[in-house]
Amino acid sequence: MNTIPAPTIEYGTLAPLLVVFGAAIIGVLVEAFAPRYLRKAIHVPLTLLSLFGAFALVLVQVLRGQVATTASAMGAVAVDGPSLFIWGVILVLSFVCVLLINDEGHFVASAAAVPGSADEEEAEAEGGGGHTEVYPLVLFAVGGMLLFPAAHDLLMMFVALEVMSLPLYLLCGLARRRRLLSQEASMKYFLLGAFSSAFFLYGTAMIYGYAGTVSLPGINEALAKGSGLDPLLMLGLALLGVGLLFKIGAAPFHAWKPDVYQGAPTPITALMASGTLVAAVGAVLRVFWVGLGNLDWNWRPIIWGVAALTMIVGSILAITQTDIKRMLAYSSIAHAGFLLVGVMATFGTAAQNAVSLKAILFYLAVYSITTVGAFAVVTLVRDPGGEAGHLSRWAGLGKRSPMLAGVFAFFLLAFAGIPLTSGFFGKYAVFAAALNSGTQPGDSMGGWMAGLVVVGVVASAIAAFFYVRVIVLMFFSEPAADGPAIAVPSTGTVAVIAVSLLVTVGVGLYPESLLGVANDAAHSLFIR
Amino acid sequence: MESQIAEITQHTGGVIGVSWLMIAFPLLGAFILLVFNRFTNRWGHLLGVAMSLASFVVAVLAFFELIGFGEEARRRAVHLFEFIPGMPGEPPMVDMGLLIDPLSISFALLITGVGSLIHIYSIGYMSHDEHRRRFFAYLNLFVAAMLLLVLADNYVGLFIGWEGVGLASYLLIGFWQFKPSAAVAAKKAFVVNRVGDFGLLVGMFVIWTTFGTLAFKDLAAQTSGVENGTTLAIGLLLLLGACGKSAQLPLQSWLLDAMEGPTPVSALIHAATMVTAGVYLVVRSGAFFFHEGSGAALAVAIVGAATLLAGAIIGCAKDDIKKGLAGSTMSQIGYMMLGAGLGPAGYAFAIGHLITHGFFKADMFLGAGSVMHGMNDEVDMRKYGALRKVMPVTFITFFIGYLAIIGFPLLSGYFTKDGIIETAVHHQPVLGWLAVLGAGITGFYMSRMVFMTFFGQKRWADDAHPHESPAVMTWPLIILSIGSIFLGGYLILSNTLMLFLSPAVGRPAELPEFHFTSVPGLATLALVAVGAAFAWMRYGRVEVPAVQPRGNFLTTFARRDLYGDALNESLFMRPGQWLTRIAVFFDNRGVDGLVNGLAAGIGGSSGRLRRIQTGFARTYALSILIGAALLTGALLLVGNI
Repeated sequence: MNTIPAPTIEYGTLAPLLVVFGAAIIGVLVEAFAPRYLRKAIHVPLTLLSLFGAFALVLVQVLRGQVATTASAMGAVAVDGPSLFIWGVILVLSFVCVLLINDEGHFVASAAAVPGSADEEEAEAEGGGGHTEVYPLVLFAVGGMLLFPAAHDLLMMFVALEVMSLPLYLLCGLARRRRLLSQEASMKYFLLGAFSSAFFLYGTAMIYGYAGTVSLPGINEALAKGSGLDPLLMLGLALLGVGLLFKIGAAPFHAWKPDVYQGAPTPITALMASGTLVAAVGAVLRVFWVGLGNLDWNWRPIIWGVAALTMIVGSILAITQTDIKRMLAYSSIAHAGFLLVGVMATFGTAAQNAVSLKAILFYLAVYSITTVGAFAVVTLVRDPGGEAGHLSRWAGLGKRSPMLAGVFAFFLLAFAGIPLTSGFFGKYAVFAAALNSGTQPGDSMGGWMAGLVVVGVVASAIAAFFYVRVIVLMFFSEPAADGPAIAVPSTGTVAVIAVSLLVTVGVGLYPESLLGVANDAAHSLFIR
Repeated sequence: MESQIAEITQHTGGVIGVSWLMIAFPLLGAFILLVFNRFTNRWGHLLGVAMSLASFVVAVLAFFELIGFGEEARRRAVHLFEFIPGMPGEPPMVDMGLLIDPLSISFALLITGVGSLIHIYSIGYMSHDEHRRRFFAYLNLFVAAMLLLVLADNYVGLFIGWEGVGLASYLLIGFWQFKPSAAVAAKKAFVVNRVGDFGLLVGMFVIWTTFGTLAFKDLAAQTSGVENGTTLAIGLLLLLGACGKSAQLPLQSWLLDAMEGPTPVSALIHAATMVTAGVYLVVRSGAFFFHEGSGAALAVAIVGAATLLAGAIIGCAKDDIKKGLAGSTMSQIGYMMLGAGLGPAGYAFAIGHLITHGFFKADMFLGAGSVMHGMNDEVDMRKYGALRKVMPVTFITFFIGYLAIIGFPLLSGYFTKDGIIETAVHHQPVLGWLAVLGAGITGFYMSRMVFMTFFGQKRWADDAHPHESPAVMTWPLIILSIGSIFLGGYLILSNTLMLFLSPAVGRPAELPEFHFTSVPGLATLALVAVGAAFAWMRYGRVEVPAVQPRGNFLTTFARRDLYGDALNESLFMRPGQWLTRIAVFFDNRGVDGLVNGLAAGIGGSSGRLRRIQTGFARTYALSILIGAALLTGALLLVGNI
């Protein structure tokens, strides 16, 4: 009689994941059994505590210096240095995003009610505070984000992708104001997300056909032996790439980003623009560096083109945007391009890879926290009908609310990569790593790397234009007579903005602090 | 053979070990007053005074600790922090530290001592100004920056202080910025100083590339005492910096306009301390780049001699009491520069004159301020007259300052100025005799000022009710005038100052002896007497016209500041304006055309590209599909190359 051998699970190593998923499941139970008036009171501490606990568990692993050197859970999950760094970043980001989510008035009371109908009014009158399902949904999404960049085989990665994405599709449709826009965003995101997932899955199948395995190191091994020119492999690589590049919003797979970012409730936008991006870039790194490391002279030219196109499309299209959230969405696209420049910068020695990895991790951390801060500010500038999205409404904000406008201006400067902000060092590190990799002996992409950096710098210059334009608008235009009201921020929102500002300023002044952590994380490289 | 300059010793502990407190106190004061803004309005001025006094106390204690060391050990360097780190594994490029030696402590005592008196005086002088707190914040900022300038043990720290005092000077000249003339004067001071600062900065660059260090200690070991092309260039560049800060020809034009600032500022910054920073720079760099007999030193002396005459001539024609004093300041700093250009033989006299001038000129400026305080801020001396009876304390103290500056025997200025003149006659006879002539002119214009202000008939405006100033203003005057009487003799007669300074700046092999009856000395006295008598004839004995007479071409020449402004305007401003016009034209048509075209192109493509963003999910899906096809195609292509 055959017995199925029980898998070995490293519970200690995987504990952060398990805590988040466990809390999510408890959250579902709370939804099912707790009376409505108690739900929020249970959800908020549960969610925050679980995120905090998971972060503490990550910290424990890092501080004890017992970072796993082999993949966990029978080779399905790799909890290595970069994973832990990314986990830490995502957990911090989701923690602050939950603080934003806590604020009243972002979420609809009943998503199922037709906008404008009597049902909706009734639900508003009854529930008021909005869906409490938001919390378990967020926890599931966060769990997916944690698993996505740590997945060590393509199937696990696909599962993580779906666990991350499905709750986000739902969350996007829960905005209390401008319901139709929100539902449209949710629908589009779902359709396109499903479409791209199909690409990912199809690509996985193709690669399995070539390599006979879905494990990333296994694929790499097969590549080393094979000719590398198999159409199955090429097709698989391309389709897999589409699925991943869609998630980070690289051109030409970026079209969903502005629509979704605009329509989604702003706290959810903040979570997507920070956490999802971090997770997706982590996954891109793992697939391309670990799984396809031996194929780099095939995929690097392709990513070169995608990176250049993404930077240019993101910066140029941002110029003509009139909605603040759409503008930030295009800015996020441009930044995805900058990150891809870092992804390109792998060639030759492990030392070079460590430098590039450090740069990307650093960039991810500083960019994402600044993004959350910027969206937190967006939630505060309100018209009677909700947030004042149109840029013209932001005119003269600096005169009415100099503090808020000043903070926002600072975030914009950080996006633009002006020195003394964290964004400057992020960009500098990535570009320097790219240039450095181009000078490694034997890199056929040598000159091209320099060219890509030039494109990146030009794109940054274009991007600086629209960031500064908003600053000019805020400080040098006359405020509109019926300008938007500045909501009195809740403690949570203040904390979010303060933390973002602190990191942006602090890392801008002492980049060594975070660079050191990123360096330690990158030093061990990915488990192969 | 000059005596060796002492080595710099590293120092820790004691008061000297915490000498950074001297800078920290006023800096903290400025910080508190500026940050806590109007909450400090009620007691802000007191805090400012306290911080300045605290700094003075530290300076005095450090002074006594310093003289406790043997002469060879009186240059104490205190390391503060690594300022500009070096490449990994190499020593830092710039270490920030303080150098407490006889030269710097002399300055520190002058700055904090006279500075504190002027702080106290300002309590009264600025009592009616609603922005008094801000005024004290700037004064404190100035004191901190000036102390950094003189205490830093390297050129970088010196430069930071140098720029700091420039900033404070700018802010204080333009303190009453609602007056367009004050705003313009502040801007002018800033722009002219920029030229000098540029010289200093480039000089530092050359020092760095030549010697690889900017620390005084390392430079002392690396400079040889022989002049070559490079050190001459460095010397001239540093001299340019000194000219800017000390209002020496050809960068003198800003000082007269700087009198738009409140009078205590004129006294502290534009007479006693900041404007002497150029002299400090030359003396401090003396051992490196201005050796005795070097071309750079000669240039310093020539600039000094030329300026002492120019300032004196300008002083003769001014009816504005503060501008007259400003011309005199230029002239007196010219004397110091002349002394500083004579090598170690002249340093002690230059610094001595600097110190005594700090006292008697601050005394007279504050006296002038006291007069203005009583005369509704009138500055035209033609509207003064006969004030000695209503302002007895101001008159007596001013008169003492006057006697000191013209070199009346046995007063402070007599010893220090005569020292410079005698040394100059000995080393550079031509320049020396020009200095004698300058002393004669000084006798004329200073006497003119005293006669027009305190003697003769009342020419007051109808609403003027002159009165003596309050005690908080007169006591500083009294203290300063006491210094104006005795300080010079104490410093010079038995070479006290020269011996004290020699570890820092060296000294001539033979100590000079003071002769009361030398030829240049007697000639100086005679010329001063002639000048004073002439002034008596023109302004004391006869009625002074209340309206300025036309005067001959010489008078006009002097009134127009020797056409310095006209010269600057035709030589620099107009060509500069043409240059900017050409640049603007080129910028508008060429650069902007390109940039705007580019921007329009990008904007246009943005407008066109955004049409792709139709809002339809099907279009997005199609773009993903096309992207996927492109990716696949490209991969297959790359794979087959």
